[in-house]
Amino acid sequence: MKVLVCVKQTFDTEAKIELKDGKISDAGINLIINPYDEVAVEGAIQLKEKGIAKEVVVVSAGADKAMDAIRTALAMGADRGILIKQDTGADEYARAVALAAVIKEENPDLVLAGHVAADDGSSQVPTRIAEILGWPHINVITDLEITDGKVKCSSEADGGSQVTEVALPAVISTQVSWNEPRYPSMKGIMQAKKKPVATVDAVAVENKTKIIEYSLPPAKQAGTKIEDEPEVCAAKLADFIKNVAKVEVKA
Amino acid sequence: MAGTWVFVEQRDGNVRKVTYEMLSEAKKFGDEVCAVIFGKDVEGLASQFSKYGADKVYVADADVFAQYNTGAFVAQMAAMINEYKPNAVLFAHTFNGRDFASRLAQKLEAGLATDVIGAEISEGKGVFTRAIYAGKALAKVEITSQPILATVRAGVFEVKENAGAGEVIKPAVVATEADVYQNIIEFKPTVSARPELTEADVVVSGGRGCKGPEGIKVVEQLADLLGAAVGGSRAAIDSGWLGHEYQVGQTGKVVNPNLYVACGISGAIQHLAGMSSSKFITAINTDPEAPIFNVADFGVVGDLFKVIPLLCEELKK
Repeated sequence: MKVLVCVKQTFDTEAKIELKDGKISDAGINLIINPYDEVAVEGAIQLKEKGIAKEVVVVSAGADKAMDAIRTALAMGADRGILIKQDTGADEYARAVALAAVIKEENPDLVLAGHVAADDGSSQVPTRIAEILGWPHINVITDLEITDGKVKCSSEADGGSQVTEVALPAVISTQVSWNEPRYPSMKGIMQAKKKPVATVDAVAVENKTKIIEYSLPPAKQAGTKIEDEPEVCAAKLADFIKNVAKVEVKA
Repeated sequence: MAGTWVFVEQRDGNVRKVTYEMLSEAKKFGDEVCAVIFGKDVEGLASQFSKYGADKVYVADADVFAQYNTGAFVAQMAAMINEYKPNAVLFAHTFNGRDFASRLAQKLEAGLATDVIGAEISEGKGVFTRAIYAGKALAKVEITSQPILATVRAGVFEVKENAGAGEVIKPAVVATEADVYQNIIEFKPTVSARPELTEADVVVSGGRGCKGPEGIKVVEQLADLLGAAVGGSRAAIDSGWLGHEYQVGQTGKVVNPNLYVACGISGAIQHLAGMSSSKFITAINTDPEAPIFNVADFGVVGDLFKVIPLLCEELKK
């Protein structure tokens, strides 16, 4: 079985966001694989280690520097990579079209991707890819099992969790609780340098959305901070909860 | 192209509050407001939407809609959009809502703004405010395709009663079993008397300062007294004291309750991103320099194991 993983390069989640010339500034920001996609990479590698997957291909659409994200995934254990050169201003529609075109060409049995990206928080691209390909999908999975041409997944659902099965080929989007991604070993990093990475241009399509402006939310002001005997602190905090936040206390 | 449609988010006839929030907000755009409900034996639900301003209620009632499945829901909605040509369709930003809207948007080759916290809709134009980087920044996004599609964050818009005609319309059901490609084997509801994290009015969260499951128990006692949902920082989740579904922050859930109580949470950027939009923030932490105090309206420097039990006593008075 061939597994293809879509990864997006994003800012480190500890990064402080600043604006420069009305745009999000990437100056001095550490770039990582989107943590949700990293879990997809780990899941794919584990499928290979179990002998279920024969090959793991990593695909990223973005700027040249997204190559670092691909190399990291290769160092973790993926076999080869494809960098789709695409303007970082491409929206969810354009990114899905670009990724789906490469996936069609690669014809994998299973596509894995994080269910959301930690930067734009859109959670659209995996589902859009499935629609373009005409494949079934399952979102936000926390576990996965491959049996006889099918994939069975546990996933988070509104008000609970569920178990869903679809036929392969399918697109599966992952939740971070699925697994604990490994750190690339020194050997892995060395090997990754020799693994093949192809570079292709993105299919040119128009965005369906337009960013009008970026802004930063108003900074929250620090309020009262007290340091006193626990009894005094508890009484004052209780007063704040009841009389300022006006929360009703359950009997 | 006319009308703002609101897709009714429900399971087994229980309608989520965000549905009323969307209907109330939709009324502001001046256009006709329509509730759209898919389900099995859901006709009885239709009458409740007029008081939140629904002029029309589209009810697609069929066995194939008994539980949410992407294939049948997308087939039905796409056909209805084609037939009735709404100007905009709003969904709740739940797991189902984003799944539905994303696949529908691609089928229609349309743009979609997800998890919106602000909306301005006029004929042929939709501009939405989205929180990006889990709320560290905001983006205004215009949808340049038709119809205008968005998923709306729960708890952002106010529920307001407005009179609507509530005329019930039964569209042709075009979705069939052949459209279903997901076999849902089992749904396991979360058994909890507590409200859901993203919809709760009060959230009480525990972090590294809880030191273990015993500390989480202390946090839970306070939560139950306040009718609150329980959350946790990444430290509490990574230590295994709470499941990932309780994580508040950039790789977890974004919450915006009336009151957020941070217990033993230092306030890493990752965490602040997930809760800074709460109306009131209180914090209990032993470290007076903890960054959580920079966003707290009321902060207590102290040991949660001492302060919370006393706080519970005070609250009961």
